[in-house]
Amino acid sequence: MTTLKNPIAFTANRLLDGEAVWLSANGQWVETVEAAWAIHTLADKALAEGMASKADADNHVVEPYSIDVAVNAGSVWPTKNREVIRAQGPTIRLDLGKQAQNQAQNQARAA
Amino acid sequence: MYRYDEFDRDFVKARVSQFREQVERRVSGELSEDNFKPIRLQNGVYLQLHAYMLRVAVPYGTLNSAQMRMLAHIARKYDRGYGHLTTRQNIQFNWPKLADIPNILEDLASVEMHAIQTSGNCIRNVTADHLAGAAADEVADPRPYAEILRQWSTVHPEFLHLPRKFKIAVIASPNDRAAMQFHDIGLEVRKNDAGELGLRVFVGGGLGRTPMVAKEIRDFLPEKDLLSYCEAILRVYNLSGRRDNKYKARIKILVHETGLEELKEQVEAEFQRIKDGVLQLPRESVGAIEAYFAPPPFEALPATGEILAGAVSQNAAFNRWTRQNVHAHRQDGYASLTIALKGTGEAPGDVTADQMDVIADLAERYSFDELRFSHEQNAILPHVKQDDLPAIYDVLVEHALAAPNAGLITDMIACPGLDYCALATARSIPVAQSISKRFANMDRQEQIGALKLKISGCINACGHHHAGHIGILGLDKRGEETYQVTLGGSGDEQAAVGEIVGRGFAADEITDAVETIVTVYLEERQSKDETFIETYRRVGAAPFKIGLYPAQEAA
Repeated sequence: MTTLKNPIAFTANRLLDGEAVWLSANGQWVETVEAAWAIHTLADKALAEGMASKADADNHVVEPYSIDVAVNAGSVWPTKNREVIRAQGPTIRLDLGKQAQNQAQNQARAA
Repeated sequence: MYRYDEFDRDFVKARVSQFREQVERRVSGELSEDNFKPIRLQNGVYLQLHAYMLRVAVPYGTLNSAQMRMLAHIARKYDRGYGHLTTRQNIQFNWPKLADIPNILEDLASVEMHAIQTSGNCIRNVTADHLAGAAADEVADPRPYAEILRQWSTVHPEFLHLPRKFKIAVIASPNDRAAMQFHDIGLEVRKNDAGELGLRVFVGGGLGRTPMVAKEIRDFLPEKDLLSYCEAILRVYNLSGRRDNKYKARIKILVHETGLEELKEQVEAEFQRIKDGVLQLPRESVGAIEAYFAPPPFEALPATGEILAGAVSQNAAFNRWTRQNVHAHRQDGYASLTIALKGTGEAPGDVTADQMDVIADLAERYSFDELRFSHEQNAILPHVKQDDLPAIYDVLVEHALAAPNAGLITDMIACPGLDYCALATARSIPVAQSISKRFANMDRQEQIGALKLKISGCINACGHHHAGHIGILGLDKRGEETYQVTLGGSGDEQAAVGEIVGRGFAADEITDAVETIVTVYLEERQSKDETFIETYRRVGAAPFKIGLYPAQEAA
């Protein structure tokens, strides 16, 4: 089994609202990069490519592509600036994007 | 201002229902993204990092209060409570859902607005001097020409699939406030010795990865030939412009590779063939469009307002604001004013829905219901009585819209950059915010004086960095944001492309680098009246390089 040099994940924007989404291991497109499928092998990459192309063809997501990720304690995180910003939201508006949703969820949990 | 006729109304309405159907077909899967993308782009819909983005056209930057209130409504109902003014006098919304966009377009159509041709390889929104019809130095109002061009270029069947996008700007003053010479076609309305109006025509300007100042192709074109000549240019470009490489597809490359004289001959040949045809503009037709832009019913007032003079002497902050943000008007007793959307630490050009409503109210009450967006990402009230300025200022202060920095170092242009844009290679807005905070002291800003600082987050140069006295280009160097500095660019009548000064700076170094450049300027200038760009043109890059790279320059 050929191992990739770095783990990767597949990402796209959802057709209906443009939301950034990532392919999870069960084939769903999830809204947080932490839940993305970190792909380590060429075989899994081929499998994921097939799933991404199908989601594109099925008009669920738009223009899927692969990104480099790092895996830390089971959680996936992008390694490039652009993808970190996609995963969080604008760095100059912490009240917008996924970072704002995460913050709201954390606050709700703490309450 | 121009009002839709029956044809415009029916056309825009039809286009909205057509796009609604296209979105439905996309969602149902009948249209693939490959089929749909060119359609959505020609309706102003991009897909960015976090969401779709909708760019709304504001022809030549002119709009009324009802239109501004509709933009506020859209920001609240469909977006996240704000919009972003662009460097082509448009406004864009960063968070619309695809399914909502047909409804947004329907709302826009109800106030005679749309998003047609704000993207794609077509003739884009025609821009103009934001002080058109108000400036003391103009020979005519440039907007009738811009409107004629808008009507001609809207869904012009021959020019909807050009090799690349095509941008036109019109000014009518010797002082260029619209970066006219950085457009594919730049037009300057002027008078000949006989007092007749015509146009000085420039071609092949542009920014992006190959910045070029436009070249003069005609020094005086009779106004009746406006459309025939532009059509001749577009036809030559459409036939000969490169389609093999998108980075070499703009007309500036064609001008460069063909040579101005050869291209001019081709344009003239085509122009001679078509100039007496259907595109010839009779004076009456120009007059009919001009009537839409007739001056508002100004009152006969003394040259200087008494209330204004009193307020200036009593209120230092107001006095400062009038010094920077108030501009001479062609009509005695009136002024134009800049509402600088560049408060300390703010994202340049961002305006909240509430602020849009405030600006709309001010335009309705004090400026004959008219306002403008400038390519420098500010809002303008074009026609206010000087004696109303104190009351307007008070409202602006209350709504955080009274930044007294128009034309100063913190009145920056910055593109959305990597915080929003799918093409960006680095962030722009945080750099702008950092510089804005560093130079927040207004006394210091005024001491520095007129200075155009422009920031782009990638080589496509939406932030006009090449035209900045100080230009900053954000790049990605091995995963790190790096900022390259150019000096000496200018978007005015002495248009120039800035020169790269040396190696780039890290994100945490770039504000210090700007500080160094400013310090060198203050040391080098011969008097406080010598502006940054004048000093740069006199002394060149050398002292700035020594300041920025002391070790390297000493070696």
